[in-house]
Amino acid sequence: MLVQDYLLSIKGVSKSFSGVQVLKDVHLEVKAGTVHSLMGENGAGKSTLMKCLFGIYRQDSGSFELAGKSFNFTDPKHALENGVSMVHQELNQVVQRSISDNIWLGRYPKKGLFVDEKKMRADTLALFQKINIHLDPDTPLSRLSVSQRQMVEIAKAISYDAKIIVLDEPTSSLTDNEVNTLFDIIGVLKTQGVGVIYISHKMDEIFKISDYVTVLRDGRYVGTESAKNLTMEKVVNMMVGRDLDDRFPPKTNVPGEVHMAVRGLTTKYPPVIHDVSFDLRRGEILGVAGLVGAGRTELMESLFGVRTLVSGEIQVDGKVIANSSPNKAILNRFAYLTEERRETGIYPLSDITFNSTIANIEAYKNKFGFLVDSKMEKDADNQISAMHIKTPSKREPIRSLSGGNQQKVIIGRWLLTNPDVLLLDEPTRGIDVGAKYEIYQLIINLAKSGKSVIVVSSEMPELIGITNRILVMSNGYMAGIVDTATATQTDIFNLAMKYLNNLREAEV
Amino acid sequence: MTGTGTRKTKAMTKDQWKELFVKNAIYIVIFLIIMFIIIKEPAFLSLPVLRNILTQSSVRLILAFGVGGIIILQGTDLSLGRSVGFAAVIAGSLLQRADYASRFYPDMAALPLVLPLLASCAVSAFFSAINGWVVAKFKIHPFLATLGMMITLYGILSIYFASGAPGPQPIGGFDTRYVEFVIGSTLGIPNLVIYAGIISVIVWVLWNKTTFGKNLYAVGGNPEAAKVSGVNVGKTLILVYVMAGILYGIGGFLEAARIGSANNGTGFGYELDAIAACVVGGISFSGGIGKVSGAIAGVLMFTVISYGMTFIGMDQYFQYIIKGVIIVAAVALDAKKYVKKS
Repeated sequence: MLVQDYLLSIKGVSKSFSGVQVLKDVHLEVKAGTVHSLMGENGAGKSTLMKCLFGIYRQDSGSFELAGKSFNFTDPKHALENGVSMVHQELNQVVQRSISDNIWLGRYPKKGLFVDEKKMRADTLALFQKINIHLDPDTPLSRLSVSQRQMVEIAKAISYDAKIIVLDEPTSSLTDNEVNTLFDIIGVLKTQGVGVIYISHKMDEIFKISDYVTVLRDGRYVGTESAKNLTMEKVVNMMVGRDLDDRFPPKTNVPGEVHMAVRGLTTKYPPVIHDVSFDLRRGEILGVAGLVGAGRTELMESLFGVRTLVSGEIQVDGKVIANSSPNKAILNRFAYLTEERRETGIYPLSDITFNSTIANIEAYKNKFGFLVDSKMEKDADNQISAMHIKTPSKREPIRSLSGGNQQKVIIGRWLLTNPDVLLLDEPTRGIDVGAKYEIYQLIINLAKSGKSVIVVSSEMPELIGITNRILVMSNGYMAGIVDTATATQTDIFNLAMKYLNNLREAEV
Repeated sequence: MTGTGTRKTKAMTKDQWKELFVKNAIYIVIFLIIMFIIIKEPAFLSLPVLRNILTQSSVRLILAFGVGGIIILQGTDLSLGRSVGFAAVIAGSLLQRADYASRFYPDMAALPLVLPLLASCAVSAFFSAINGWVVAKFKIHPFLATLGMMITLYGILSIYFASGAPGPQPIGGFDTRYVEFVIGSTLGIPNLVIYAGIISVIVWVLWNKTTFGKNLYAVGGNPEAAKVSGVNVGKTLILVYVMAGILYGIGGFLEAARIGSANNGTGFGYELDAIAACVVGGISFSGGIGKVSGAIAGVLMFTVISYGMTFIGMDQYFQYIIKGVIIVAAVALDAKKYVKKS
């Protein structure tokens, strides 16, 4: 048999969706017995690449080779049967059932008419021994920790005789000890000749376990380096690039006196944020940065009265206010644009008039308590022209608009409540580049008109492009606030990782 | 019921006690009701009463197993009652005494009991399979798919019922072999109880020891996970509905002889009793959870309560209130386990 250099080769894969190029000529080559990290910011194309590999999407051009043979998988099951498997960040398991039931799901060993429980148990134990896991195969998954469930999923992958295992953000909900256990298992996999593709945002982990690192940016292949030759600085530069050119309108807003002061905000239920304090100035745009799971959205929800607080207070213009529910927050002139536009933002089948006026519906009642259509339609028309919403009519269901225009309608909805403090969670997610510019301009204009804005974003360039200051969250704690004009991306990355590994220290 | 309250290292905190109490509150309430009945009427604790309760529970239990499987699949089945009614009318129409005046089929010879039983099961399984197919193929919510089937079945059943020689009148005068088979006793144990026992064992083996059963729980718990692991989700779904249909067929066959007659209204509303018993017995509407023992407990509790309340002479209408409250309370407590706090 020929010794193959590469177990898996991804060669020049490109993919575009309705004219937008999301992957362009991407390469990735994985050797047996190595860990190959795949890095890039959100939207860099990592998950699209994996979806092409597993046959969920079909690439436009380029090819995949497994041990020198070209292939295209039709679905994840097909990939699994050929020794390529993926452990997702969101574990797809039947938590009500036992470990061994989950591992052998879809291929239970049989003895006559019945399932051979004895063999199943013995095979599971043999499998666990191979990768050094100590769990009772009869335990239901619901009683395991996330890391243990992840190990079960890895064991399942190995039971299919996997040669390539993709781990997608495997440590996002693990404790330090659990991460170490996971790394031990990855070590065992390497000695058995498995090639691991490791997707993570956590720089320290990457340096700890990778042999090679490949970086993607905006769907393009930036480069592959041996981990030994890399520094964190270099990886960050590869990931974000330096050209922020003219993707952003000029920041013409001028922050004034302190408008909102937040002191010691701490929430009751997980995911918990601890002791967050900051000031927001009138007319300021404050960014909130952090890794996935750092508590950015939770911070917004706490300010807006969605989450229960154990301590802390919010002052507006020097007076303490109580946002104990979203309703109270709206009365206190807060507005919150949620992260998931499709799930918690739009009423997809209703028209633009309904979608723009729903948050302010009380204002359209006449003295008998009935709604006045003409008033609502007038406001909808005003919003459409003020924000340049592209639509044939205000009676169009919002579902038929583009993502950017939907987002404008939702922002317009909140503006009709005449808010003072705007909380915008990922305002440009899923919106194409041209429309993003318009949203940025809109945000800057709002700040110029004296409103105070907080913008949560996973895109570093966006935060640097439109904010005045950036608050960095790390693992539920506030890691610091930096001045956008002087901060570098590396500073922000470092802050974002500040409390990742020293949780205890931070609590003292 | 092993809750999080069973940590060994520490004494139980107040919260853990509270959680343990909330988790089992429905059983505590039912226990109190039974204690109340016994205190009011100590004669409730007697062998004949136990016999009656077990006999009355038997058919209900068989039906609960049927719909229970569907509930584990995150579904429900409103057509259960009509399906039972159809099976009862078919069995009754085929098993009337030769000397009975108004026979459905005046000239039919006496059939071996197994043929009408198979006919009942085949008809119920056929319509149930259609339910499963519609749910699997068109992704229609089982509530709606089976609501349609419930109405359709009533129509078909009534047409069949009216087509007999004497016209649309209750079918009675059953063959003594049939009556004896159903309401007789063997070694002092009512036959119905024996049948329910045998079926419990079969269902337990099917749910716990076969690929079919494991797939049932997997598809019910997380259909997506089952699919990517190569389980044929649609086939599993249809099989579960077919199994339910067979159980409804058996239930209908037994029910006609137990009551002593059958008509197109037989079985009406049985689905609600069966679903309620499953839910109280811990077969969760969120899917993937439920045991044979749970269905048995749920059915027995309902029978004990309604029999007991009648036994102490409680007003019929008052009984409805208690039963209704128990159902909602059971579901509310079940849901409480899954509510996410923010």
